[in-house]
Amino acid sequence: METDLNSQDRKDLDKFIKFFALKTVQVIVQARLGEKICTRSSSSPTGSDWFNLAIKDIPEVTHEAKKALAGQLPAVGRSMCVEISLKTSEGDSMELEIWCLEMNEKCDKEIKVSYTVYNRLSLLLKSLLAITRVTPAYRLSRKQGHEYVILYRIYFGEVQLNGLGEGFQTVRVGTVGTPVGTITLSCAYRINLAFMSTRQFERTPPIMGIIIDHFVDRPFPSSSPMHPCNYRTAGEDAGVTYPSVEDSQEVCTTSFSTSPPSQCVFTVTKAHFQTPTPVVTDTLRVPMAGLAFSHQLSSSRLSYQPAVLGVGSADLAYPVVFATGLNATHPHQLMVPGKEGGVPPAPNQPVHGAQADQERLATCAPPDGAHCAATPSSSEDTETVSNSSEGRASPHDVLETIFVRKVGAFVNKPINQVTLTSLDIPFAMFAPKNLELEDADPMVNPPGSPETESPLQGSLHSDGSSGGSSGNTHDDFVMIDFKPAFSKDDILPMDLGTFYREFQNPPQLSSLSIDIGAQSMAEDLDSLPEKLAVHEKNVREFDAFVETLQ
Amino acid sequence: MNCRSEVLEVSVEGRQVEEAMLAVLHTVLLHRSTGKFHYKKEGTYSIGTVGTQDVDCDFIDFTYVRVSSEELDRALRKVVGEFKDALRNSGGDGLGQMSLEFYQKKKSRWPFSDECIPWEVWTVKVHVVALATEQERQICREKVGEKLCEKIINIVEVMSRHEYLPKMPTQSEVDNVFDTGLRDVQPYLYKISFQITDALGTSVTTTMRRLIKDTLAL
Repeated sequence: METDLNSQDRKDLDKFIKFFALKTVQVIVQARLGEKICTRSSSSPTGSDWFNLAIKDIPEVTHEAKKALAGQLPAVGRSMCVEISLKTSEGDSMELEIWCLEMNEKCDKEIKVSYTVYNRLSLLLKSLLAITRVTPAYRLSRKQGHEYVILYRIYFGEVQLNGLGEGFQTVRVGTVGTPVGTITLSCAYRINLAFMSTRQFERTPPIMGIIIDHFVDRPFPSSSPMHPCNYRTAGEDAGVTYPSVEDSQEVCTTSFSTSPPSQCVFTVTKAHFQTPTPVVTDTLRVPMAGLAFSHQLSSSRLSYQPAVLGVGSADLAYPVVFATGLNATHPHQLMVPGKEGGVPPAPNQPVHGAQADQERLATCAPPDGAHCAATPSSSEDTETVSNSSEGRASPHDVLETIFVRKVGAFVNKPINQVTLTSLDIPFAMFAPKNLELEDADPMVNPPGSPETESPLQGSLHSDGSSGGSSGNTHDDFVMIDFKPAFSKDDILPMDLGTFYREFQNPPQLSSLSIDIGAQSMAEDLDSLPEKLAVHEKNVREFDAFVETLQ
Repeated sequence: MNCRSEVLEVSVEGRQVEEAMLAVLHTVLLHRSTGKFHYKKEGTYSIGTVGTQDVDCDFIDFTYVRVSSEELDRALRKVVGEFKDALRNSGGDGLGQMSLEFYQKKKSRWPFSDECIPWEVWTVKVHVVALATEQERQICREKVGEKLCEKIINIVEVMSRHEYLPKMPTQSEVDNVFDTGLRDVQPYLYKISFQITDALGTSVTTTMRRLIKDTLAL
């Protein structure tokens, strides 16, 4: 048995670990895009499918991962981490998960690199595919849209779990022993939001315009519910191309041998792939200070100064939601046309100085200096964001476009139809709604509830009184375009919400109106003799009719 | 060699049975399937590519990943459908279990038939509950979703132990280890069976279904 790794095995192992790291990032980010992922099986092996799994490579994600790794590999004390966070449309953000690819010192000297390690890495990727759908952030990411988006950040160095709040949980995806150490893949995720999110979003009044638009006006009617990832083409369309994994000029062509493992044949062929994109070489030379990252990110993420965008480092959190129509020269934006054909118009958000609810922020964010500093600066976040919302294709829009771009899976309605109500507190959508909002939501406030007088009662007591505080024209705040699920304007001129609003306050019945009733009574009495005379004339007809009934 | 045995238990509503079973079975098979082998000269082989896809459940707040193989999905749906019907028709307490068994074939001399030696068995015990109100059903949707998340984590934990797996076979032996009958993927040889049980765990109606690709009939 060899105790030292020969050079070929060492090279192979390094390559496996490098591409495993890149594929890990792809799987995690793609799982947080908010869409279902679908790739095809192929019975004929292709050179580009590492670990015999069809995992698409989003060029921007690979680019960022390579930048973060900077030519290094995960080693003891140097872990590759993918941080998934949530950012609301008001500018508040919260870390949801940290995925860590670590290496420890426990070596398995006897394991065969090009056979067993490779297959076990493949198994680990399958486990990662399964686990990424199981953590709480998955369901949140499937519902991202108007109110919040999911962002990712890749960093290399020490794992930082401070942002996850208290009581975070960890799940181990798996381990693979290698001759140089044991690779461990795990996820630490926040739990104190998970409960609120799944319940809250299902009951949140749609006046906020969240993803109730799922089933309305799909912009690409030909697309099936499952979208195969096709980001490379889209990236080229947008005019910015990133070197794909294949551009590193290495493909994996594995041949395995059924004879004794020592005769394993592993060939790595150098081949050019079709995409003739330039190889970005400078990223590998950028020195990365792992620790410095998080602070830089925190401040840049929260202050949103356009100057930060020009720094060109991998500090910023990248929207997992792909944005369109962005400045093509900006390297950090993911240049993928999403489901909408063009750039969405800016939301007509009321500009709110974010009066941070201190208590709420403290529970949601960790006692970390960088995060708590968000409180005073978040007010300028929304200011900056809202002010820049008018422009369209200027670089300053970039950041604004990040989180307003995604309007929900199947929507092409402009965002300006949605109005955010006046909630100043951070993470407002996670807060229990106040009574005002609940009243306006037909789902929460069904007809006949104690808060609303029934139309019948209302009409008896006074003319044209509105039933309580709900109703359309009598609202204290504006609700625009309430779109319940499964409603389509094209097919029905009136959807459930409109129907409800209109018929919530029907006009009073005339017969129940006292004045009118009194008037008609007098008229009736006067006209009685005439009516009797007419009926007497037609007595025979009436009798004949009665006989037919018998 | 000992056969590894794992047991999972779920409590679901009647209409959730199918999706819960499919989620568990597909997750196990995802880990126990490879790409198609293509043998070349000199005893080497290459492996095809396995695609994956997300499946949203209609009656559970849950999404699982399965291998992109329509044939495999159809085979699983068929047997899960039979299990669901058997559960419904049993009229008992709504208890049943499905077993997914991975096995190897061992050639025996004539006149004995090939031996099937299991090396891993996954048993999923199902308890069907009946709910009265819509609110209970809504809570059940979420709760079962969370429970399934735990089950997936359990499955992945077992898989990560990297315990016994059959040795990679030569070309002549491949059908003794893998199911080579599918067009696009190649799971380990497996069979699925189910039982409807009463509260004591004894088998009231034993219904066995085998899904075996016998490429080498006696």
